[in-house]
Amino acid sequence: MADKLHFSLVSPARELFSGEVDHVIAPGTEGEFGVLANHAPFMTTLKNGIVRVLEGDSVTMRIFVRGGFADVTPDGLTILAEEARDLDGIKTEEITSELEATLLKMQALDKDDTSRATLQAHYDYLESLRAALAH
Amino acid sequence: MPSLKDLKNRIASVKSTRKITKAMQMVAAAKLKRAQDAATAARPYASRMASVLANLSASAGAGGPKLLAGTGQDETHLVIVITAERGLAGGFNSYVVKLAKQKIGELRAEGKTVKILTVGKKGREQLSRDYGDMFISHVDLGDVKGGNYTESAIGLGQSLTAMFDEGEFDVATLIYSQFKNVLTQVPTAQQIIPASAPADAETVDLTGAIYRYEPSETEILETLLPRYINTQILSAILESAAGEQASRMTAMDNATRNAGDMIDSLSLQYNRARQAQITKELIEIISGAEAL
Repeated sequence: MADKLHFSLVSPARELFSGEVDHVIAPGTEGEFGVLANHAPFMTTLKNGIVRVLEGDSVTMRIFVRGGFADVTPDGLTILAEEARDLDGIKTEEITSELEATLLKMQALDKDDTSRATLQAHYDYLESLRAALAH
Repeated sequence: MPSLKDLKNRIASVKSTRKITKAMQMVAAAKLKRAQDAATAARPYASRMASVLANLSASAGAGGPKLLAGTGQDETHLVIVITAERGLAGGFNSYVVKLAKQKIGELRAEGKTVKILTVGKKGREQLSRDYGDMFISHVDLGDVKGGNYTESAIGLGQSLTAMFDEGEFDVATLIYSQFKNVLTQVPTAQQIIPASAPADAETVDLTGAIYRYEPSETEILETLLPRYINTQILSAILESAAGEQASRMTAMDNATRNAGDMIDSLSLQYNRARQAQITKELIEIISGAEAL
């Protein structure tokens, strides 16, 4: 029995996952990387993409994250995502309607509004999420 | 001695006040549940972020970015006061304002320049009496719907970082009410710029291990710090929102109880007066009959 990796994924809104797993694959800005138990201490920023949780050889959970950080310490892996969603159980139509709503909100704002950049990031995130769902 | 009619009117008026405070208490209780859930849900992220930052800053040393190391000066202080949009929440807003005033007083006594930024209407109202000329900005939470403060917090965080880059202040401190439980909210002052990892954040002992960074350590710190500040602001706003509802619930519960007590004592007074009047009428009748 191999060692288990303690993995937790949190977003500002809530803690999405916390528990023991075999293997996690995450999208780092400089390339996708996998973390197993007893990984060397390591830290990286993340890009938009899918975090996969594996038990043995099968993927048990797929979470779509927007940016953030992954921190590997001797205690385990922590992913701090700006935004995160469980890919199982969301539908393309929901994302499409949310995309439209965000676009409308963005158009309603002034050019130099500070929250514009935030909405833009949210929009990009939804768009890449839709692309990921299409596969 | 108030007349019977006066007493009756007063009882009716206190009864309708009690209805209102009772309703406010129930609304606050319902909102508290949601605000408390939001505040608790945001805690893991904030504490993880703090421990990541603690690890990073421990290894980065003094040569880190300005947001972490500071400007090297300690002249201009920005005080960010987070209060509620509404009153009728017991001493909730006053406690925060009291701490803010104390803090501002201390800083001024040391000869520092103080700037004030308020979040929430009540803090601005109470502080503007004494420090109206020190205000630089205000964030209104009145039109935020459904407790979604993320956008306000990120907006505030971004403008703070921008102001800091332009050298408008050296140190920023958040003053807000921390939600301990329904009965206790603790007014807290927390320095957010230059960012300091809280002393109680868990750090991992990395002696002997080589930490690898991708991309470089400084780049990670530069992306992490603004987010850390946003997170701190967001969690402060959420804590404050939960505290506001809890405080209002307690205050309205007390008000309802006080109204009940008042109704009891007024009813007693009313009944006595009525009885006295009946007795008086009876005496008049009896003495009239005896005179015959």
